[in-house]
Amino acid sequence: MSSSEVPKPDTGAPPGAIPAVTPERVLAGICLLVPIVAMLWVSSYTKVTPGIGGMPFFYWYQLLWVPASAVFTVGAYLLLQRDEKARRAAAEGGGPA
Amino acid sequence: MNHGVNVTALTIFLLFFALVTAMGFLASRWRRADNAQHLDEWGLGGRSFGTWVTWFLLGGDLYTAYTFVAVPALIYGVGAAGFFAVPYTIIAYPLVFLFLPRLWSVSRVHGYVTPADFVRGRYGSKGLSLAVALTGILATMPYIALQLVGIQAVLDVLGVGGGANSNWFVKDLPLFLAFAVLAAYTYSSGLRAPALIAFVKDTLVYIVIIVAVIYIPMRLGGYGHIFDSAAQKFSTVSPATGKPVGSLVTGESAQWTYATLALGSAMALFMYPHSVTGVLASKSRNTVRRNMAIMPAYSLMLGLLALLGFMAIAAGVGKGVKGYNAQLAVPQLFADMFPDWFTGIAFAAIGIGALVPAAIMSIAAANLFTRNVYKEFLKPDATAAQETQVAKIASLLVKVGALAFVLLMDKQFAINLQLLGGLWILQTFVSIVGGLFTRWFHRWALLAGWAVGMVYGTWKAYGVSSPATKHFGGSSAVIPGVGEIGYIGFTAFVLNLLVSVVLTLLLRAFNAPDGVDQTSRADYSAEAGDKALKDAPVPVAAH
Repeated sequence: MSSSEVPKPDTGAPPGAIPAVTPERVLAGICLLVPIVAMLWVSSYTKVTPGIGGMPFFYWYQLLWVPASAVFTVGAYLLLQRDEKARRAAAEGGGPA
Repeated sequence: MNHGVNVTALTIFLLFFALVTAMGFLASRWRRADNAQHLDEWGLGGRSFGTWVTWFLLGGDLYTAYTFVAVPALIYGVGAAGFFAVPYTIIAYPLVFLFLPRLWSVSRVHGYVTPADFVRGRYGSKGLSLAVALTGILATMPYIALQLVGIQAVLDVLGVGGGANSNWFVKDLPLFLAFAVLAAYTYSSGLRAPALIAFVKDTLVYIVIIVAVIYIPMRLGGYGHIFDSAAQKFSTVSPATGKPVGSLVTGESAQWTYATLALGSAMALFMYPHSVTGVLASKSRNTVRRNMAIMPAYSLMLGLLALLGFMAIAAGVGKGVKGYNAQLAVPQLFADMFPDWFTGIAFAAIGIGALVPAAIMSIAAANLFTRNVYKEFLKPDATAAQETQVAKIASLLVKVGALAFVLLMDKQFAINLQLLGGLWILQTFVSIVGGLFTRWFHRWALLAGWAVGMVYGTWKAYGVSSPATKHFGGSSAVIPGVGEIGYIGFTAFVLNLLVSVVLTLLLRAFNAPDGVDQTSRADYSAEAGDKALKDAPVPVAAH
């Protein structure tokens, strides 16, 4: 099952004919990078206001990033899943049939 | 500090303890394989765990009793700076998502049981592998000791073990018993025991945390009041330093520390042997990936738990007590706020929360000793059954060592060694993660980088003093060349990386002999069911 932007190589092509850098891999990398950058950018969230229910911004903002990071990681998981399927299909299609 | 024993809470605590003990022994029959004598069976649960078992196992493994006690204790003591544990666990999973699947695949193809096995195979270097193995054992020992400190905190608040006037044997008898039981079922069931008990532990922990973050604020007049009390406490000036005792949000000068602590700790997390054991025990590459996406459920729990530190302040725990042991803040908060029966459940959660990681850590350290010291240097022709036997005995010795730590050393010392543990284990990052992506680094350069990182980090940490202790009083110091204060472990890591890069360039220029690489490119993306795995040197798990 190959995705639309990654063409299936012709039979006879060596396994791994799909280039190392694919849109799926790049997007997955970005998905993984976003929560890391957000958390390392400490000055963006060291403040008390606006608070929610008495909880300072500093705390609820970071707590909110926990589920948000999970969403990004799931995104990366799905993208890489697609990428690996395409690679497997390409490797099998390219093997001696 | 508490007079008299809380009988209701103690009874419930003991009931849960008896339950998990029974589970621990029965676990040896759970998913038993035909070849029970292989180290893969005892030390990695047959590499057979699916997504959910792995999730419970890793959660039980990484979020330890000590975490439950120490993170809120730090918040209780200094406020915002202690909250770095939350960005730390947020960063950790996206970060390790990149390399753990590769580690799983290559380990599965070649039958590696420990991270040092991988280093040995990748670089063909006994020395580097030994360095990684010893660093792992060194960093794990005080970590196990801290689990005991967690149990001790609970027993203390329960009023068990006598007061200050009973002799040391009576005082520590409950701890001895708990540990003997733990050692016995780890010996007989291996990794299956903590994997099964983790279900109980994590369920209890989730229930307790959810109840705590809803019920306690209700009794304390809401989160607004809780944070107000905390702000008031942190603004008081410490007579020792002349500065406020803490802060509600990190100040300008503390931002580097906050970020480098979060990043450095996140990088160190999956270098710990017990984390790697949890990962390698899963049955497929995809199981590992899926888990990185669902582990944040535990991080959310950790974040909520951290807030308990503020609640302890608002509830007046330890107020006015001179030299109050902050580690007791959360157990004491539970005892003050909850009805006795629920205190029993909460303490059971912490107690069992200590047993699960202690078991996995001792198994991981035992695997390291067996594979990378015993088989490598002492008895290269050891059979699989001999390996398993040595690992079982090593797991006992590791626990005795940890117990000695708790009983003989100052508690402060174990906690400081834990700080050092994180710093040390981070120095294996270049060899392990570097090796998962490239064979460019030279084995001698990596060994030199590791040595520089270890020495620099230990030396710097030695120089940090705190009001309580002269040396090893903290984990941050000025970063040379940057001028900001940052996590020493991270600075040491950067230095380690620089040395590794520069020396590799030099050694390559002089054509220094390279070790033999056992692995091939395809090994790093192998998945369960692949052809490569069918020819793997390890008997495939029972399922």
